[in-house]
Amino acid sequence: MKTKKILLSLFALIAFSVIAFNCSGSGGSGEFSDAANKVYVAPGSYDQFYAFMSGGFSGQVAVYGLPSGRMFKEIGVFSQDPETGYGYSEESKAMLMTSYGFIPWDDAHHPSLSMTNGEQDGRWLFINGNNTPRIARIDLHSFETVEIIETPNSGGNHASPFVTENTEYVVASTRFSVPVPNKDVPISTYKENFSGTVSFISVDKNSGKMNLSFQILVPGFNYDLARPGKGPSHGWAFFTSYNSEQANSMLEINASQNDKDFIAAVNWKKAEEYVKQGKAVSMDVEYYRNYYDEEKQTAYSEVKNKVLVLNPKDCPGMIYYIPTPKSPHGVDVDPSGEYIAAGGKLATVIPVHSFSKMLKAIEEKQFDGEIAGIPILKYDAVIAGEVQDPGLGPLHTEFDGEGYAYTSAFISSEIVKWKIGTWEVVDRIPTYYSIGHLMIPGGDTKKPWGKYVVALNKITKDRYLPTGPELTQSAQLIDITGDKMKLLLDFPTTGEPHYAQAISADILMKNSKRIYELEKNKNPRAVKSEKETRVERNGNEVRIYMTASRSHFKPDNIEGIKVGDKVYFHVTNLEQDWDIPHGFVVKGLNNSELLIMPGQTKTIVWEPKKVGIYPFYCTDFCSALHQEMSGYIRVSPVGSNVQISYNK
Amino acid sequence: MSIKSKYLMIAASIILLGVFLFPIWNIKLNAPQYPEGIGLRIWINQVTGEKEFDLKNINGLNHYIGMKPIVPDAIPELKFMPYIVVFFVLTGLLIALIKKRKLLLLWILLLMIVLSIGLYDFYMWGYDYGHNLDPTAPIKVPGMSYQPPVIGTKKLLNITATSLPGIGSVIIFISVTLAAASFFIDKKKERIND
Repeated sequence: MKTKKILLSLFALIAFSVIAFNCSGSGGSGEFSDAANKVYVAPGSYDQFYAFMSGGFSGQVAVYGLPSGRMFKEIGVFSQDPETGYGYSEESKAMLMTSYGFIPWDDAHHPSLSMTNGEQDGRWLFINGNNTPRIARIDLHSFETVEIIETPNSGGNHASPFVTENTEYVVASTRFSVPVPNKDVPISTYKENFSGTVSFISVDKNSGKMNLSFQILVPGFNYDLARPGKGPSHGWAFFTSYNSEQANSMLEINASQNDKDFIAAVNWKKAEEYVKQGKAVSMDVEYYRNYYDEEKQTAYSEVKNKVLVLNPKDCPGMIYYIPTPKSPHGVDVDPSGEYIAAGGKLATVIPVHSFSKMLKAIEEKQFDGEIAGIPILKYDAVIAGEVQDPGLGPLHTEFDGEGYAYTSAFISSEIVKWKIGTWEVVDRIPTYYSIGHLMIPGGDTKKPWGKYVVALNKITKDRYLPTGPELTQSAQLIDITGDKMKLLLDFPTTGEPHYAQAISADILMKNSKRIYELEKNKNPRAVKSEKETRVERNGNEVRIYMTASRSHFKPDNIEGIKVGDKVYFHVTNLEQDWDIPHGFVVKGLNNSELLIMPGQTKTIVWEPKKVGIYPFYCTDFCSALHQEMSGYIRVSPVGSNVQISYNK
Repeated sequence: MSIKSKYLMIAASIILLGVFLFPIWNIKLNAPQYPEGIGLRIWINQVTGEKEFDLKNINGLNHYIGMKPIVPDAIPELKFMPYIVVFFVLTGLLIALIKKRKLLLLWILLLMIVLSIGLYDFYMWGYDYGHNLDPTAPIKVPGMSYQPPVIGTKKLLNITATSLPGIGSVIIFISVTLAAASFFIDKKKERIND
C-alpha cells in the first residue's frame, strides 16, 4: 500500500515535471497564438511606443518599437560610430573629449527621458557614461547626441542620470569612491582618504544645456542607483548605497557583511538654499562639457575648472540616511511620490519606505546616530511595509499606475508583481534569464502607460540560435493588462540593455527631423552649391570642398595631392529630400566613412601614404545610379610638381 | 444694367483677385519611393513645390531622364500673367460702373480666349519639358516621353503623374459664371428699357 502510494506520487511528480518542462521549453504554438496577434505590427503600420534601450558596454543607445521589438536605429553616444563617422569626423570628435583626453568608448546604463510635471515631454533623452563619469543628452528631434558633460570627483557614474520632476536636474554620483580631490595615496587608506560625491547637473529648460550646479560630499560608500521624488517628494532625491563597510578589496565578501546599508535621502531644494547662502566651497577640478552646435553642425569642448561642493556637516537638514537591507541596488519612487521601494539585492524582503513617515521621523528626530554629519533615521520610523517572499535578488521596481508594482529578481530570474499598500505578492512570471532592470512605458513617471512590462535580461543561454561563445542579451515583452502577466515576445538586443525608457510614439513622431535645411547650415566648411566647390592647398594641408547629390560628387577628379599631405574632405550633402543621405569614403582611409544627412556638412581627414590613384565613392545606396557616384584622386610623390586641379 | 447685375459683375471682377492666393493647377507625382507624394503648384505668377523642397527634388529627379530643370524665373508667362489678371479686374469693374452690356459680353469672350490660350500654353510647356530631353541623359527609354497630362493621370515610368485644376481655376470659373449671370439676368429688362 505504502509503496503504491510512493510509486503513485513519483509518477505524478514525473508527469508534472514533463508538463512543466514542456511549458517552459521553447514555446509551443498554442500558448503564444494569442500573443502573436498582440505583438504583430502589420507591414507599413507603426508601433505604439518608442523604446530607448541602453547599449551597456556598446556605449550607445538603441531605438526599438513596441510591441513589435523591431530595432530602428543605434545612436552613437559614448562610443565612436564608424557607420556615421560619429567620433571620427572633424565635426564630432570634440564630443568624446574628457579631462583624460579623447575616449572612444564608455559603458552606457540608464536612459532617462526629460519630464515636465512628472510626465515625459519627449524633448531629450539623457544617459550616463559609467566608466569615465559623464552624462549625455540626446535630442529627440534629430536622435543625435548633442551634449556630453563630465562629472569631476567621481568614479563609476552609475546612479545617473535620473531626472527630476521638471528636468530641473539630472543626478550623478560615485559608485566607486575615490579621493576628493584625487591624489596619490595607498589604496589601504580607503577609510581616511576616499569619499563619495552626489552631483546635481542642472538642465536649461529651453536649450537643454547642462551645468554642474553643485556636488555634495558624502562618506565613501558605493552609491548605486537613484530616483528623484515626485509630487509630494518633489525636491528630494534618493540614492542607494552599498559597501557601508567601506571595504576596498574583495567587495563581494567584504561589502556584504552589514545587515543594512543606506538610502541617502537628499533634499536638493535645501541644498540649493545652502549654495545660495554661500555654504558651498569652490573646488579646483578639471572637467569637460562638449556640445553640438546644430547650426554650425560642429561639436565644441569647453574645459571647466571649478565646482561648488557642499559638506553635510555644514548643511543640517540637507541629507539623511535611511537604513535599508541589504546592499540595496534599485530605488524607485511610485507614481504618487509617497513610496520608495528599494531592491535589497541580498535581502529577503523588498523594503518600501514612506516619504511622509520619513518627514515625520525627521521632525521628531528619530535618529540612530550619524555618519559624517548625516543623521541616520530609524528603520522602523520610515518603513511603510516589507514585501515578503519577493524572489531572490530583487533589483528594480516599476509601477503600472493601477496600484501595482513590478520588481525584477535577478537570482530567481523572475518579475514579481505586488500590491502597493498591502505589500502582497499577487503574481510572478519567469524571465529568460537573470533579469536586471525592467521597464514599463512611463513606469517611472507620474502617469505610467501600464500596458507592458519589458524584462531586460543579462543571460540568454538556449533562447536563440547560438552564435559562438558570445550570445545576445534580450528583452522580453510582457502583457500586464490582465490579472496574470503574460509573456508576449522575446527579442535580442544590441549591447547589454541595462535600463530602458519608452514613450508613446505620437509624442515623438511628429517632431522627428527629416532634413537639415541647407540654408541654415552654418558649418564654416559648407558649400551650398556645386559652383562653390573647390580644392585649396595651404602648405601640406589640402582642403577639398565637395558636394554630394544624386548621383555624383563635385569635384570627382582631383589631382595634385601629394604623399605627406593632410587632406580634409569637407563633404556637403546638397539634398533636401527625406531619407537621402550620402556616404563618402576613399580607398586607404585610416578612418571611418562619413554618412552625411541631407543639408549636412561633415569632414574626414585623410593622410595618403602611397603614390597612386585612389577611388572614392558613395556608400549609401542613394539612387538608381548610386554605383556611378564615385571619383578619383591622384596622389603624387613628395616634391612632385603636379599642381592642384579638379573638375567642376 | 440692373443693380443686381452691376453687383454680380463687381463680384465677378473682385473674385478674380483670388488667383493670387491659390494655385491655378496642381501636379501630383507618386512613386514607390515617395509614399507621401511630391507635387508642383502652378500659380498665376510662380511655380512652387507642394512641400518646401518639392520643386528642388523634382528637378533633381528629372535630371535622370534629361528633363530641363523647372526654373520659375525663366518662365516669361509668370511675369506678365498678373498684369492680365489685373487688367480683367479693372475692366470688369469699369464695365459694372458704366453698365455696358456689349462690353460685358466682350469681357467674357476675351477672358475665355485668354483662358484657352493659357491652357494651350500650359500644354506646350508640358510638351517641351516632356519631349525636349537632354540626349546625354542617363535614363533613355526608346519611344518614351514625359509630358504630364493637362488634366488626368498618366504613368511615367515609376511615377504616376496626376494633374488637376487648383482652387485658382475654380475661382476663374466662378468669375465667368458670375459675369455670365450678370449678362443674362438683365436680358429681358434691358430689352424693354432699350
